[in-house]
Amino acid sequence: MSNTHVILTLFKSSSQLQKKRAFLTIAAIAWGTVAILLLLAFGEGLKRQLDRNRRATGENLAVLWPGETSKAWKGMPPGRPIRPRIEDAEMLQKQMPDLKSAHAEVVAWRTALTWGRKTVNGRVMAAHRSYGDSRVHYPRPGGRWINAADEEQRRRVVFLGDELARDIFVKEDAAVGQTLLINNSPYTVIGVMQKKTQMGVYGGPDENHAVIPITTFKSQFGRDRAWVLVIETRSSEAMKPALKRVNEILGQKYGYDPTDDRAFGTWDMVESSKGMKVMLVGIQMFLGIVGGLTLIIGGVGVANIMYAVVKERTREIGVKMALGAKSRWIIWPFVLEALVYTFMGGLLGITIATMLVTAMGFIPTEGNRVMEFLGKPTLSPAIGIITSIILGIIGLLAGYFPARRAAAVDPAATLRYE
Amino acid sequence: MQSIISMTDIRKVYDTGKVKVEALKGIDLQIGSGELVAIVGPSGSGKSTLMNLLGCLDTPSSGVYQLGGENVQGVTRDQLAEIRNRRVGFVFQSFNLLPHITAQENVELPLLFGGVAPKERARRAQELLDRVGLGERFDHKPTELSGGQMQRVAIARALAMDPDIILADEPTGNLDSTSGADIMGIFTELWKSGRTLVIITHDPALARRASRVVEIKDGRITSDHRNEIAA
Repeated sequence: MSNTHVILTLFKSSSQLQKKRAFLTIAAIAWGTVAILLLLAFGEGLKRQLDRNRRATGENLAVLWPGETSKAWKGMPPGRPIRPRIEDAEMLQKQMPDLKSAHAEVVAWRTALTWGRKTVNGRVMAAHRSYGDSRVHYPRPGGRWINAADEEQRRRVVFLGDELARDIFVKEDAAVGQTLLINNSPYTVIGVMQKKTQMGVYGGPDENHAVIPITTFKSQFGRDRAWVLVIETRSSEAMKPALKRVNEILGQKYGYDPTDDRAFGTWDMVESSKGMKVMLVGIQMFLGIVGGLTLIIGGVGVANIMYAVVKERTREIGVKMALGAKSRWIIWPFVLEALVYTFMGGLLGITIATMLVTAMGFIPTEGNRVMEFLGKPTLSPAIGIITSIILGIIGLLAGYFPARRAAAVDPAATLRYE
Repeated sequence: MQSIISMTDIRKVYDTGKVKVEALKGIDLQIGSGELVAIVGPSGSGKSTLMNLLGCLDTPSSGVYQLGGENVQGVTRDQLAEIRNRRVGFVFQSFNLLPHITAQENVELPLLFGGVAPKERARRAQELLDRVGLGERFDHKPTELSGGQMQRVAIARALAMDPDIILADEPTGNLDSTSGADIMGIFTELWKSGRTLVIITHDPALARRASRVVEIKDGRITSDHRNEIAA
């Protein structure tokens, strides 16, 4: 006869727990399971939402602001300002064919945008047309982004952020085709940006600005110094070497030490998203630990009940021992019993948590600022696996220690008269 | 006559930390196959301790104990459990049946521990219950049985593994006189069929029906005599 057979037979024939007690034990585990699942689901939702929001700015981007040199170079003292030009973006693109794109941005802050009798002060941004893809400026249906012809012919066309479009036209779909005066020059609205929740911001949120072709800007405003240069690489790994190469090229052109990190202020989004990922893992671990602790309290409840059960069944254990039961045949049915309570509680908890998370999925995120940032709680297979493993360990421990006490019962002492 | 139980200078000391209590002070006891031995003595005499040692529920502090030729000293808890399973059948004053399982399942327990297959377990349990006159009550739970019936189930359980000795601790102590006489009748029958039985009791009527009476007092055997007739 195998041990398993003996253990299962004993488990099936062992006395039942009082209903109320079993229920409370199972409820405690269920409560802990719900807590850990909701916390982890919340963390997962937050992670996904932040990831989405981060991607709304663009991926594999680095922004370079003009700065001042901090190192002497070829006889020139430190402290010289570096002022890149718009055409530097084109030069970078030409000299670095591996770049996905490079563009320059120029900004006219607080510029008057007039439609009919309505004037709104807004930010007007001019950029190369690759800006649209890099910076996730996708047009709403019926609109379009700046194209090559716009750039070549210096057309007076404008692409509006959705919030700015609403400010001017009330309904963003009413904007396309309208003529807007920018600093008293007429521009045709060609598109309105699709709504996005954006996390990484420089200058201001994209939904609040208007974008015009950079060639048009040059001829109307007569400025050719870039506000920022932005490069986009094809992969995140390519960013570090690309930035080094950019500084070599620009260093040669403007005469600064390529290792001088003050000549340009650099925002390497690849690097900062790595930091965010680490932080998110930290948040998830923290949430998991909090949930795990709640679950452990449930486990302590199971262990407590099992200790009480061992005490109550001392005589039963003694009888079995007198009849020849070995320690393992005493221990394992108890462990199995604890596992069953843990399993049932876990199953109940998973069911409740799944229902709650599903219900929360029906709460609309649109227009809800908090939800737009936090995202929707999401259960993933990984969360299920982690929770099951924790449940299993807790069940084993909650059964094992009381069972060991059971196996230590002295049959001679328990069987003596009533 | 072959010796089933052989105890030589058995001592048992309980160490409670502050005081050491010597419960058995050198017991020499040989019990042969086919004997019906009554062990009598007042409470506190060391009867229970002796019963625990005889049944391998406990091990002596010193001395040599052989059960069926097997040394009982220096074995692990699990080995001791195995010896109990194979060699000793217990009958207790308070029956000690598991209350939530049926009579048959109770009888099957030692067989389960002894590694007997399920079908064979059921067959033997049924046979033994028939033998103690409870064949039709196999599916009753102990709470649905009278005291005498419970003790008969316990006897069937004690016989399950066909042990070397049946060890009965005040087997009639919780029973009315009729049921007690019944149980004693079964014991006598078992003895007649060649079983070895050791009965711990303070009931003189019970002791009179044994083939041999061993008296203990204050941890020592004070008298050991054979009865002429036991029937």
